[in-house]
Amino acid sequence: MKIIIILISTILVNNVILAQFLGICPFLGTSKKTSTAVGMGAAVIFVLVLATLVTYLLNKYVLVTLNLQFLQTIAFILVIAALVQMVEIILKKISPSLYTALGVFLPLITTNCCVLGVSLKVVGEGFIYGNNVGEAVIYAAGIAIGFALALIIFSGIREHIDLMEAPEGTKGTPIALITAGILAMAFMGFGGLV
Amino acid sequence: MSNWKTFTKGLIKENPILVLLLGCCPTLATTTSAINGMSMGLATTFVLIMSNLVISLLKNFIPDKVRIPCFIVVIASFVTVVQLVMQAYVPDIYETLGLFIPLIVVNCIVLGRAEAFASKNPVWPSILDGAGMGLGFTFALTVLGSIREILGSGSIFNYRFLADDAQTILIFVLAPGAFIALGYLIAIVNRLKKTK
Repeated sequence: MKIIIILISTILVNNVILAQFLGICPFLGTSKKTSTAVGMGAAVIFVLVLATLVTYLLNKYVLVTLNLQFLQTIAFILVIAALVQMVEIILKKISPSLYTALGVFLPLITTNCCVLGVSLKVVGEGFIYGNNVGEAVIYAAGIAIGFALALIIFSGIREHIDLMEAPEGTKGTPIALITAGILAMAFMGFGGLV
Repeated sequence: MSNWKTFTKGLIKENPILVLLLGCCPTLATTTSAINGMSMGLATTFVLIMSNLVISLLKNFIPDKVRIPCFIVVIASFVTVVQLVMQAYVPDIYETLGLFIPLIVVNCIVLGRAEAFASKNPVWPSILDGAGMGLGFTFALTVLGSIREILGSGSIFNYRFLADDAQTILIFVLAPGAFIALGYLIAIVNRLKKTK
């Protein structure tokens, strides 16, 4: 039951992009085509879950034991950078087409704030799901699925918007941002669920 | 390029948010009021100046292949400094900005300037570039924060100018308002650029 609550709350109610504003750059950057959005979403799900698992254990068994919590930011970003590099090498080997499709955005997962943001949040003080590693990983998975969901929905909308006549000056990014605002409003409707 | 131009290009012409669209996450998340936006901007400015300074000093010692991890370590160190200082002296603001202070590490502007400018230029221009970009970022954040605070809570820099029971457009301090306000702000900037 608790798992379902965590998932609903992270995917719909507190959607990482539309309610918490983490990961806006890839959200705007890779949402021009649905196929790219699916690839990016999948890459984020994989990296985010793995990164949260590794940083959670690192924090619990190394940083807290040695009383070095103030190094969290530095340690976590290095772990994430190494992980992304690894995912890149693996993807290049098993799926070259996906690798070319994601192009520049794969290394950018390092600077995707939702990865570092979630790993810091999970180990932060007063975080309710931070007591055991299982809940932390499910939380991360929910966040990542929420990211992929918002990204894919948004890319679908954006493909249609590109065919329409937007008013002068709002073409491109501004109209995309305004659309995202309306999408965020729709997601606010989930507010009372959990 | 003269030093003056290096400094001023970040303010308007290459404004990181309004023109280059870098670092959108803190822009949207921390601009619920003008004062929050400004503190976030100033914290980022400090990190930008210091990381540009150190990276331009170290540019001949950092091997080309591992430069990105090196830049990130330098940036993360200064972010930790900002984090500890803010926690000690302005705990209220630190509490409000929360997660977004450590997230300066992954702000595209900071790494972007390190890669595009500080790693190729001498120390003094790099400092000016960092300061210009940082102040441009602060400017955009303060403007966006003011717009959202005026529309959303009827006040500016915590000074309320409406009657206590007046209705405000609450949506602007919530998540959707951030997207919409930034969208229109960029649209206005685009429009102004065209007429020039």
